[in-house]
Amino acid sequence: MDFELSDDLVAFRDEVRAFLAEELTPEIDDRVYRTGVSHDDGFVRALAARGWVGGTWERDDGPPTLDALRAHILEAELTRVEAPIYAVYTTQMVANVIRVVGSPDLRAEILPRFHRGEVSIALGMTEPEAGSDVAAIRTRARRDRDGWIVDGQKMFTTNAHITDYVFLLTRSNPDAVRHAGLTMFLLPLDLPGIEIQAVHTLSGERTNIVFLNDVVVDDRWRIGEVDGGWQALMLALQDEHSAPFSPHLSRLVEAVEQWAHEAGRIDEPELQTRLARWATQLEVATLLELRATWMEAKGDVPLAEGPMSKLFSTEALVGAAEDLTELVGPDALRSRLDPTAVADGRVEHLLRFSLGTTIYAGTSEIQRNIIAQQACGLPRA
Amino acid sequence: MDFSLDDEQQALVASFADLLSKRSSPAHVRQAEPTGFEPALWRALGEVGVVEMAVPAERGGWGAGPIDLALVAEQVGASAAPAPVIEAQVAARLLASLDDPAASAALDAMLGGEQLETKAVRPVVDGVAELVPAGAVADAAVVLDGDRLRLVSLAASGARCPVANLAAAPLADVTVGDAAPLASGPAALVAFEAALDDWLLLTGAALVGLAGRAHRTTCEYARERRTWNAPIGSYQGVAHPLADDATAVDGARLLVHEAAWELGRHGRRGRELAAMAFAFASETARKATYDAVHFHGGVGFTLEADPQLYYRRARGWPRVWGAPQDAYGRAARARYHTSEAS
Repeated sequence: MDFELSDDLVAFRDEVRAFLAEELTPEIDDRVYRTGVSHDDGFVRALAARGWVGGTWERDDGPPTLDALRAHILEAELTRVEAPIYAVYTTQMVANVIRVVGSPDLRAEILPRFHRGEVSIALGMTEPEAGSDVAAIRTRARRDRDGWIVDGQKMFTTNAHITDYVFLLTRSNPDAVRHAGLTMFLLPLDLPGIEIQAVHTLSGERTNIVFLNDVVVDDRWRIGEVDGGWQALMLALQDEHSAPFSPHLSRLVEAVEQWAHEAGRIDEPELQTRLARWATQLEVATLLELRATWMEAKGDVPLAEGPMSKLFSTEALVGAAEDLTELVGPDALRSRLDPTAVADGRVEHLLRFSLGTTIYAGTSEIQRNIIAQQACGLPRA
Repeated sequence: MDFSLDDEQQALVASFADLLSKRSSPAHVRQAEPTGFEPALWRALGEVGVVEMAVPAERGGWGAGPIDLALVAEQVGASAAPAPVIEAQVAARLLASLDDPAASAALDAMLGGEQLETKAVRPVVDGVAELVPAGAVADAAVVLDGDRLRLVSLAASGARCPVANLAAAPLADVTVGDAAPLASGPAALVAFEAALDDWLLLTGAALVGLAGRAHRTTCEYARERRTWNAPIGSYQGVAHPLADDATAVDGARLLVHEAAWELGRHGRRGRELAAMAFAFASETARKATYDAVHFHGGVGFTLEADPQLYYRRARGWPRVWGAPQDAYGRAARARYHTSEAS
């Protein structure tokens, strides 16, 4: 048993921190906060230049630059400082699917550009009428000569207004049983018939709704088999379940500790006891996350362990944000960018931000379903 | 980073799990109530070296570290064993840490199997150490009286007053008297606090075992028991709390292991993590055992069913020292470098 990062992993973490101190400027930080768009071309290219975009993959031009533990450390550090990586993250999810089930042409078109940080892809699974139950989607893809005609709506297509493509799940066979009649596309967003509208969220993040009206899509943009979209979807969701959330809790606990020190109140017994409770939850969240990563690193498949990590860290974040907002008191209401904000307004932002985390990437209820089946051996509802 | 047990640790866990499954079944646990002490089990545990293992090699023991002790404590907790394993180990380690002839003699008597010593987890107030774990069955107790550690013989009449209690644990209020101190001043306080770290860690480990067993029993029941033609475990109202408990038990176990690892290497976060582990394991056991009673339905409320065994101990074992809140306070003082006095 060993709970310490080895010296070379600590050195890698320091390298990431030095990179962030250099590349993540206050200007980028401010712009991301003001616009709600977590993306910056220059930052992504700088990441790619280090070999840190898709770093764990075997590549045509060389061996992987990151192992599973380094990839986790990188992602955790990027997440902790809110680096603008959401588009990289969604792009990587899709690039990975293309890598596994994409046609040779598609792989050649996307993967090299992905590793250079020159391509971006938004997710297009969810619809206004279909969220956790993805197989209920209605967006239709009909065969038309060499291609397809697509009609429908896609919700929470974050960054679609700036990305090159959207990862589009369609119903290609309305007669097949739900999971069987789906086909996945990499839809270029400059095609005629596509309209993108902003949707603003509680966290300040801008997301989108995409309207598709008789969009003509060439068959070369198909990912995987016709009516084989479910497989592509599962590949993508596997990735989604492994994103770290404890760094957000870490940022929150640090912000309130900083506030308590600055306010000269850190020695108050009741206050520090409440803080220690959330520091404990952070410790547990971090351990559950590291365990899932450690399992992956040694080639195991964490069936219940990934969901446990996601469930625990996001529920802890929600609880901590609520309680620590009350702990800080009225001053916690002051927003970031307001000159009177305490702890840079991070508490106020994290309260709003926390709410989304138990919803996206698989709601807490979905995670509990998986855990109940995989860890508790309980029958499916 | 490595979260796995090595071969020796796996063998250690397997041997204790085997012994306890034979000698500390729920039926045994019931038979040992209300005293909460089964002499034959304690002898069997003594024969496999449960006290020796906790004592440093230079003091005649096997020198097992906190991780090994935590692994054993988890098994002890899982079987709700009516045996003062944690108390004896903590007392033995405390005695071994003291430079005093009486402490050495007491330790030798423990290692020889002639005596059972325990330790009061809270300081003496007005001449009495209250609710001393194993105080009802031990021969002597180490207590902190002001800034003095004293070894109180419990054989003398009137020294202890056994207390019937929620957990059916062998608790006693102990009247301290004026036994010669084993240590005094800062050294006594340091030794007492270090022993408390051990006790919090190992009690946390036992609570992980207890919570895990209660949870497993409940999942088995939820697979079998049917309501409206479906296993109750297929209803999300049942399944989701059990999923939360599974997550918390795993998290508590990881935290106990981390705390044990940190204490074992004398890391700077040892005290903080031990208190965190105790607090989180207490909360986890509290909820998992409540759910165990509740999801067994009316059956769970009867004394015939096993969940009540776990429910009562999940509260009684940790509360002789304090509530989760108290442990968070201790963790906070360590984390923010605040003195114990404030």
